[in-house]
Amino acid sequence: MLTVEGVYKTYRKGGIFSRERQHILQDISFEYKEGECLGIIGESGSGKSTLGRLLLGIEKPDRGTILLQGESVEKKGGRRGRISAVFQDYTSSINPYFTVEQAILEPLTLQPDGLEAKRDKVGRLLRQVGLDSSFRSKYPHELSGGQIQRVCIARAVATESPCILLDEAISSLDGSVQMQVLELLKELKDSFRLGYLFITHDIQSAAYLCDRVLILRSGQIEEIVDIKELKNVQSPYAQKLLRMMIT
Amino acid sequence: MNLLEVRNLRVWDGRGGSVLVSDSSFQLKKGSCLAIIGESGSGKSLTCRAIMGLNRRGLLQSGKIRFKGVDLNELDEREMRSRRGKQLYMILQNGMRAFDPSSVIGVHLRETLARHYHWNKSETTEKLRQAMQSVRLQDPIGILNKYPHQLSGGMLQRVMIALALLLEPDVILADEPTTALDTVSKFEVVEQFIQLRERTGCSMIFVSHELGVVKKLADEVMVMRAGSVIESGTAAAIFSNARHEYTRYLTSSQRKLNDRFQELMGGAGIADR
Repeated sequence: MLTVEGVYKTYRKGGIFSRERQHILQDISFEYKEGECLGIIGESGSGKSTLGRLLLGIEKPDRGTILLQGESVEKKGGRRGRISAVFQDYTSSINPYFTVEQAILEPLTLQPDGLEAKRDKVGRLLRQVGLDSSFRSKYPHELSGGQIQRVCIARAVATESPCILLDEAISSLDGSVQMQVLELLKELKDSFRLGYLFITHDIQSAAYLCDRVLILRSGQIEEIVDIKELKNVQSPYAQKLLRMMIT
Repeated sequence: MNLLEVRNLRVWDGRGGSVLVSDSSFQLKKGSCLAIIGESGSGKSLTCRAIMGLNRRGLLQSGKIRFKGVDLNELDEREMRSRRGKQLYMILQNGMRAFDPSSVIGVHLRETLARHYHWNKSETTEKLRQAMQSVRLQDPIGILNKYPHQLSGGMLQRVMIALALLLEPDVILADEPTTALDTVSKFEVVEQFIQLRERTGCSMIFVSHELGVVKKLADEVMVMRAGSVIESGTAAAIFSNARHEYTRYLTSSQRKLNDRFQELMGGAGIADR
């Protein structure tokens, strides 16, 4: 469904007029199949989030192509309704002037259904992520981190896109809430037949949710491995990463 | 022997009157590490900051905080200030916010050391260099001349540990020091915490919601929920047979993640330390 081929990305280092470039991603190529759950793991600064932004079409690669069902993600029409996202910083991912209902309705504005039908849908979605309808009229600051992240997930599911990109979506939640959200993601995955691109530095939660993991190291793919083969990783870096897990 | 004794600590909002921490009591034994665990908003950080006397002005606190025979609650700001750093040392979650963003790291470190020691400039630099090397920071002099935003979270965390090594405080309060770090830097920082305890023999209050890290460091664990202490005991007791249902809930969700990971790894290949 998603084909990434030979992607390079650099940022300018220093001022606007600086010639020096910093390589963020180098020669990234992989395939993502529909309905699959692919974990992208790596240390901070390894380029995980940049890769995420490229996959969403928010930024353009310097070289290489990213095709979403055969169309380039750089075109707006190419990615509409096919990929959506949930980000780490839940405090800034919902417009503070919007109620929960407005926030979830926003991505539906382009869909032809009437307002009533859309409202029904919001109610259904909220129930599915474990919030009751009293949350409709609440503002983001009235909710806890876990609740906002649930609203963000409901909003991402609302467009019925087959793939959701989660960029450190559970990293700023605490242990037990992390587990609740992970369980929710698993449930939604089965009931909507969703696929995830799960970007994280937490190998344990990736192991819990994903079918396959891609290990990034300073902008390059170190290894792509089936989760069942995790204990047999080949590269020394991946082995080191697993050894350093604090369980 | 108890080094620090907190009795009936209560923290409330002076304007709204809402109680944020109610009636918590606990002791810290000399040389031991007490971990405070709980979900966000349970009052872990407030308790820590109440001991340091660093809660923001609108928050009021009552109760007894006995440290070396003195009630910290009754001290004025000047006396409290002379204790901060040398006797009570706090390590914060967000390294970027813990340092002054407008000056290089070295300025901050030298200023702190100058308050507590009468070292001259070259002496200070030499001591800092040694301390920073011992927490495995390469190029210490280069780091001293960098601004906080130029360093990673794990590096800033280790700079704070290096400073603690020099100050040799009696009690270290660490507020979620590893939460914002990735796997590799977390491992390194935890390692440095273990060594810090071995070298200085200090007592420690370690606030975290990451039970894996707590398991590695803590001798005793205290569980907080919605502003009150619901259970405390030795680390082994809390993790294996907790009495309170909430504690069991906290540990079980961690275990679930863990079990899946262990299953994938075939139960082997993970070093204990």
